[in-house]
Amino acid sequence: MPLVLSIEIVLIGIPKEIAARECRVAAAPENVAKFIKLGFEVAVETGAGQAAKFPDALYEEAGATVLSAAEIWAKADILLKIRPPQEGEVELAREGATLISLIQPAQNGDLLERLAKRRVNAIAMDAVPRISRAQSMDALSSMANIAGYRAMVEAAGEFGRFFTGQITAAGRVPPARVLVIGAGVAGLSAIGTAVKLGAIVRAFDTRPTVRDEVRSMGAEFLELEFEEDGTGEGGYAKVMSQEFIEAEMKLFAEQAAEVDIIVTTAMIPGKKSPVLITGEMVRSMKDGSVIVDLAAEGGGNCELTRPNERVVEHGVTLLGYTDLPSRLPTQSSTLYGNNLVKLLGLLGGAGEFKLDFEDEIVRGATVVRDGEITWPPPQTAAPSPPPKPKPPALQPREAGEAKGSSALSGILLGIACLLLLALGWGSGTEFLDQLTVFTLSCFVGYMVVWNVTPALHTPLMSVTNAISGIIVIGGMLFISSSNQAVQILSGVAVLIATINVAGGFRVTQRMLKMFRK
Amino acid sequence: MITLAATQHPPLIPAGLLTMAYLVAGLLFVLSLGGLSQQETAKRGNVYGIIGMTIAIAATLLSGITNFAWLIPLMVIGAFIGMVLAKRVEMTSMPELVAMLHSFVGLAAVLVGLASYLNHGDAAHEMVHQIEILLGVFIGGVTFTGSIVAFGKLRGSIGSKPLLLPGRHMANAALVLVCIWPLGVQFIGAEGTGGLTALIIVTVISFVLGMHLIMAIGGADMPVVVSMLNSYSGWAAAASGFMLDNNLLIITGALVGSSGAILSYIMCRAMNRSLANVIFGGFGTTAGATPVGGEQQGTVTETSAEEVAGMMDDAGSVVFVPGYGMAVAQAQHVIHEISETLRGKGVEVRFAIHPVAGRLPGHMNVLLAEARVPYDIVFEMDEINEDLPETDLVVVVGANDIVNPSALEDAASPIAGMPVIEAWTARTVVALKRSMAAGYSGVENPLYFRENTRMLFGDAKETLTAVSEKLG
Repeated sequence: MPLVLSIEIVLIGIPKEIAARECRVAAAPENVAKFIKLGFEVAVETGAGQAAKFPDALYEEAGATVLSAAEIWAKADILLKIRPPQEGEVELAREGATLISLIQPAQNGDLLERLAKRRVNAIAMDAVPRISRAQSMDALSSMANIAGYRAMVEAAGEFGRFFTGQITAAGRVPPARVLVIGAGVAGLSAIGTAVKLGAIVRAFDTRPTVRDEVRSMGAEFLELEFEEDGTGEGGYAKVMSQEFIEAEMKLFAEQAAEVDIIVTTAMIPGKKSPVLITGEMVRSMKDGSVIVDLAAEGGGNCELTRPNERVVEHGVTLLGYTDLPSRLPTQSSTLYGNNLVKLLGLLGGAGEFKLDFEDEIVRGATVVRDGEITWPPPQTAAPSPPPKPKPPALQPREAGEAKGSSALSGILLGIACLLLLALGWGSGTEFLDQLTVFTLSCFVGYMVVWNVTPALHTPLMSVTNAISGIIVIGGMLFISSSNQAVQILSGVAVLIATINVAGGFRVTQRMLKMFRK
Repeated sequence: MITLAATQHPPLIPAGLLTMAYLVAGLLFVLSLGGLSQQETAKRGNVYGIIGMTIAIAATLLSGITNFAWLIPLMVIGAFIGMVLAKRVEMTSMPELVAMLHSFVGLAAVLVGLASYLNHGDAAHEMVHQIEILLGVFIGGVTFTGSIVAFGKLRGSIGSKPLLLPGRHMANAALVLVCIWPLGVQFIGAEGTGGLTALIIVTVISFVLGMHLIMAIGGADMPVVVSMLNSYSGWAAAASGFMLDNNLLIITGALVGSSGAILSYIMCRAMNRSLANVIFGGFGTTAGATPVGGEQQGTVTETSAEEVAGMMDDAGSVVFVPGYGMAVAQAQHVIHEISETLRGKGVEVRFAIHPVAGRLPGHMNVLLAEARVPYDIVFEMDEINEDLPETDLVVVVGANDIVNPSALEDAASPIAGMPVIEAWTARTVVALKRSMAAGYSGVENPLYFRENTRMLFGDAKETLTAVSEKLG
C-alpha cells in the first residue's frame, strides 16, 4: 500500500442533506469563500442551505455555482456532507471521488464496503484522532459544543421558571438548580450556558482532571468520597468499577431530589449509554423539572428517555432529542464548515491534494482509500497522553530567600557598623561629617524613591540623570585653575554634565506632559 | 565646610550663603524625587529639580570663579545639546538616552577626579583624599564604559547576546586587585603629581572592567543594567563630592545612587533573580537553559486580523499586554486607536504592564503615554493578575517570557518562580509575534500551545493596523 495517494482535485460539491429533520449543510457561504481561497472550485446543490438559513444567492455571492443534485454527484471531485451517505447516494458519486462526512465506521461496515466497491475515497470526520493538533478539525467537538448549548436552551424552553434568582416587587424568585453529568465538551458547554442564564450549576464527572475547568466556569464540582480516576483513551471516560458506580448512583439520587434540571452527557462510543438516572430518581424530582438526555442516541442515560422524543413522566419532562446540533443549523453548519476548511488545508488544498498516511490525522480519518477499506487505523502510540498531573503552582522562592537574605543583611549591617567605627578611629572629623551626610542622604533617597509608582520609573530615571549632572559643580570649581590641563579636563566635564542637566530635565518634562488621565 | 580648591578670587557671596544655597538645592532634589512618586505631583517634582539645579549652579558661579569666557560658552553649548537631544529622542529610544546620560556622569566624574589631582600641585596629600580620588575615578570609569556598552546594546550596534569569556570572574577580580595593589598603594604613596601614571592606569583598567562587566549581560536584562548604572552614576557623583569636600555632590550622589539601587532591586525581584545572578551570570550560562520538558506541546492555532477584530468586538473586556516587541514595531499608536474604538463601543479596555517589560523600568508606561493612552487604564502586573480570569480577551503584543506559564508551573524551567502576567487564565488569548522563536531566556513558551490561545503572526504594527481597519 503506497503511503501517499495524490489526487487531482478541482471541484468541491456540497449536496443537500436528505436525512429527515436534518437542517444542517456541510458548509456555510463563508466557508465556501475559504475553499475558493484554498484553490478549489465549489458547487452547491439548489436549496442545500435553505434550512440553515443560507439562501443559494449567498453561496453564489461567495463564489460557488448552484447545480442540481445529479450534476453535483456526477461532477464533484470531493463531496462534503454531514450525515453518512444514505442508501443510493454512494452510487451517485463518480469513481475516484472523495467523500468527507460523518461516517461512524464502527457501526457502518456495509457502507464502507459500498464505498470501497465504488472506489470512492472516504474521510470520516468522526474518526479524526482526538489529538491536540487535530482540534481545529474535530467536528465531534464542534457538534458537542452546540449540543450542550442547545440542550440548555431546550431545557429553559420547557422549564416554567426563571433560571436566575431575582428579588422582584412581587416577591423572591429562587434560582434554578442544574445538574450536568459529564463535563466533556457538551457538558462544559451546557454548564457555561446555564451559568450565563443565572442558574446554580453543579457538575459531576468521573475524571477528576476536569474539576478545575468546571470550577473556572462558575459551577460546583461534585465529588465522591471515593478514589478512582476515570480518564480513558481518546478523551472519553472509561468504564468504572462497581463500587464506584454505586457511590455515584447514590450521589445522583440525592441530587435528583434537589435539582430542577438534569443534563446528562455520558456517552461511550459505539456502546450502549450507561443508565445513570433511574425511574425512581425521576419520580423523586419536583414536578415541572426537566431532563435533557444527550446520550439518547445510545439508549439514554435516563431509564425513561425515549430517543428522539419528548415525554412527560411523573411530572418531569424528558427530552431525548438526538438532533440537537441540527436544531441550531446556522451555527453548526458554519462550525462544521470551519472544520472542513482546516482539514482540506491539511490535505494540501487544491494544488497538492493528497492522502498521506504518514500523517497521523489523515491516517486516522481515512476509512476508505483507492478501493480499500482502511478502517480501523493501525494502533499507534497512545492517542492522547495521560493528562500530566498539574504541579502545584510554584511559590516564588521568596520565603527561603528572605530568611537567608535577612540573616545576610544582618551580618552585612554588623560589618558596616564595625567598619564605620574603625573609620572613626583613624579619620579626621571633616571626613566623618561627610560620611554622616552621605549615609543620611542614602536613607532619605531610599525612603523617598521606594514610594515611586512603577509607571513613573522612566521619568524617575531621567530626573536622576539630570540631578546627577550636579557633578557640573565639580568641573566649575576647577575651571579657574592656572593649570591648563586642569582647565581643559574640567571644561569637558562641565560640557557633558550640562548636557545631562538640560537634557535630563527637558526629557522628563516632555514625558510627564504625555501622561494624561 | 566647602573648600574651593581652585578659586583665586574672593567669592562674590559669603561662604555661609553658599552652604545654605547648596542645602536648599539638596532639599529641592529630595522634593523632586518625592514628587515623582505620583502622577499628580510628578510635574511639580521636575520643576523642584530644575529650581534646585539653578540655585546650585548660580551659587557656584558666584562663589569666586573666574574664567567665565571659557566656562559660559561650554555651559551654553552643553545646555543646547541637551535640549536638542531631549527634544529629538523617540520615546522608544529612551533607554539609549538614559544610558548615554549615565555615561556622561561617569566620564565627568573621571575628568573631575583627574583635574582635582592635577590641580593639587605639589602640596602634601592626605591619605583619605587620595583614596577618594582613586575611588571617584574608578567608579566613574566603570560607569562610563559600562553605560556606553549598554547604550550600544540598546541601540543594537553591539549584539545583545552576552559575551562570556572563560574565567571572566577571575579576570574581573584580578583587575580590581591590581587597582588596589600595586597601583593604589603606589598612587597613595606618591608625592605631588607623581601618582598620575598610576591614576591613569587605574582609569584605563576601570574602563576595561566596565566594558567587560556589561558585555557579559544579555539584552533583556537591560532594565536591571540600566538601573544599576543609574545607581553607579550616583555613587560616582557622591565619590566626587567626598573628593571635593562638597556636601551637595554627596547628597545628590547618594540620592541618585540609592534610587538606582532600589530600581535594580525592583527589577530583579520582578525576574525572581538576585542582582548577583544578573551581573555575574545571565540566562544561557546555567545548565537549565536548554528548554526543559523537551517536546513541543502540540500545535499552535493561527488566526487572522479579521478574526481578532471580531473577537475584540464580541468581548466585554480586553487587556493588552505590551512587551519589548511593541516598542520595536512602534505599535503603541495603533494599539491606542484600537483601544479608543473599543472603548467607544463600551468594551472595557485595560493594559497590563510587567515591571521588566521593555528595556527600561517603566518603559512601556512611557510608550503608552506617548500614544495618549490614559494612565488610569494602565495597570501593574500585581494589580491586574487577579482580574484576568474574568477577562474575555488578552492581547499579548510582542511579549514572551513575561507571560510564560512555565514560570509558575514548571519547577525545572530556567524562569521558574518569576512572577508573570497570567494571560492564560483569560478566556481567550491572542498572541502577536513575528515568528515562533523562543523568548530571550530561550525558554519555550507553552502559552502559545494552549487551547485558548490564538497566534497572530507578523509585524505587530501591520497586523494591528489591519485589525483596526476591520474594527472600523
